[in-house]
Amino acid sequence: MDASTKQRIEDLVGSSPVFVFMKGNKLMPQCGFSNNVVQILNALAVPFETFDVLSDMEVRQGIKEFSDWPTIPQVYVNGEFMGGSDILIEMYNSGELREKLAVALA
Amino acid sequence: MVHPDQVRSAITQALPDATVDVEDLTGGGDHLQVKVVSSAFSGLSRVKQHQLVYGALRSELASEAIHALAVQTSLPS
Repeated sequence: MDASTKQRIEDLVGSSPVFVFMKGNKLMPQCGFSNNVVQILNALAVPFETFDVLSDMEVRQGIKEFSDWPTIPQVYVNGEFMGGSDILIEMYNSGELREKLAVALA
Repeated sequence: MVHPDQVRSAITQALPDATVDVEDLTGGGDHLQVKVVSSAFSGLSRVKQHQLVYGALRSELASEAIHALAVQTSLPS
């Protein structure tokens, strides 16, 4: 990953307390896993921003290196990598996500 | 696409004590769900636990032989 891609990713991650790299967008997720994450964040009624990796090959590849995580979606809370769809579902079901987001957005 | 047995053996190579359950969600061999139970996960965050599993399947994921991988990790009870 070149320095400018890394900088763009860092800027995106920092642009919102809750940031999601996904396939498609909030209104039209292009993948079931990305859709899961959008549905969960909508259910918790938290504000979040997204980036469509299908629109940008450099970010699509770079983000995997950035987080050492090979799959999309990826969720960041206050700059910290939270996980992908499986982890978000687990954290949502356990109530941990609601708590974490309440603290992060306080 | 990959055979579930290949996935199981790649994971047990990386995590020798692991119990691995692989399910082919679509029958196409590229949308897989794995449940991995291993003592290697002890004390690790969920992100780190999943990274161990992903690490074992790095080449299959990079080549997109596996397109979608759902992961569940847990400690032996």
